[in-house]
Amino acid sequence: MAQVATDRIWDWLDQVPDPEIPVISLVDLGIIRGLEWRGDALQVTVTPTYSGCPATSVINLDIISALNGHGIENVVLKQQISPPWTTDWLSEKGRGKLEEYGIAPPQAAGGPDRCPRCKGRNLERLSQFGSTPCKAAWRCRDCLEPFDYFKCI
Amino acid sequence: MTRDEALFQFLLRMGDNTLILGHRVSEWCGHAPVLEEDIALANTALDLIGQTQFWLGLAGEVEGQGRSADDLAFLRDAWDFRNLLLVELPNGDFGQTLMRQFLFDAFQSVLLGRLMTSSDARVAEIAAKASKEVAYHVERSADTVVGLGDGTAESHARMQAALNYLWPYVGEMFLGDAVDAAMAEAGIAPDPASLRADFNALVERVLSEATLGIPKGEFAHKGGRNGYMHTEHLGHLLATMQWLQRAYPGASW
Repeated sequence: MAQVATDRIWDWLDQVPDPEIPVISLVDLGIIRGLEWRGDALQVTVTPTYSGCPATSVINLDIISALNGHGIENVVLKQQISPPWTTDWLSEKGRGKLEEYGIAPPQAAGGPDRCPRCKGRNLERLSQFGSTPCKAAWRCRDCLEPFDYFKCI
Repeated sequence: MTRDEALFQFLLRMGDNTLILGHRVSEWCGHAPVLEEDIALANTALDLIGQTQFWLGLAGEVEGQGRSADDLAFLRDAWDFRNLLLVELPNGDFGQTLMRQFLFDAFQSVLLGRLMTSSDARVAEIAAKASKEVAYHVERSADTVVGLGDGTAESHARMQAALNYLWPYVGEMFLGDAVDAAMAEAGIAPDPASLRADFNALVERVLSEATLGIPKGEFAHKGGRNGYMHTEHLGHLLATMQWLQRAYPGASW
């Protein structure tokens, strides 16, 4: 088939949800590092969030099946670890959606800015590690609800 | 020994350390004293096993015999492993597990910092990726060592006992050999002895805050990183870790 413009493919991939945090897309997460046509093959460069993230293989499958669904049959995935993924690559849209979903977005200060539920600022860390490698467990002392914080790396 | 043969050995040492410690830490899954710690241990294990895929993946590439990271992890026997004896020791109690984690994290954070400027770009890339994760590991393990060391009389006594038991396994980290000399000469990895000062500074600061005393004496158990003689514990660990691939060769899902 004819080579589809990569701008359009970025839009398609922006519809593919992260398997662990389905409110944000793979593009929001910043793990799609490049799209390049090589002949009739589309090379998608992907970087892992954490080395051992168990979602990696699901993400790879989701990319391939989404692109196949849009008629791109020949998809080549390239894993890239340098430069290493950083939470600076999360999109603004993604940060907003994380908070709406109840996950405090990463902050350079190293901890959440406010409770994603009641917006309180009286917070405490429960554990440096949360339900996935990319998150830590925090609690709001105002509303007493525990919440996930997306770690800043 | 050619440069690539030495590099292969160096990469096995990196990958086997993270693989064996990752497996040990994963043994806590479902058994930790509180849920948050259970999750933290599982996440740490996951990071270590992820880093293993990079180190052993590159080892297989450098070796050039078509072996994958999985082949190296699941189809070698104890005498071919190149991890430090420290990481294959049984977990003991929670305090001992965290003390071992701290001693390893401290070493790894110093080592990875140097490897980020390795003359081999592939090594530098893995180190840059892993060092972000290890920065979290060492922060947590140091905090826990301080919390338990400077905690109750019971937790203090257990942490001191853990340190007394584990300290003789620290010396092996810094004992160089021909592989290390070849790596240092090529600018790929530092001479391990050159890491000792930074390691000591970090460890002494944290252990003193934890009100724990470093045992006297220079004796070091060795034989893991050069494969000369592992402890009897490694074979038992491998029996658990490898049985599926041994019983059902090529099984996958």
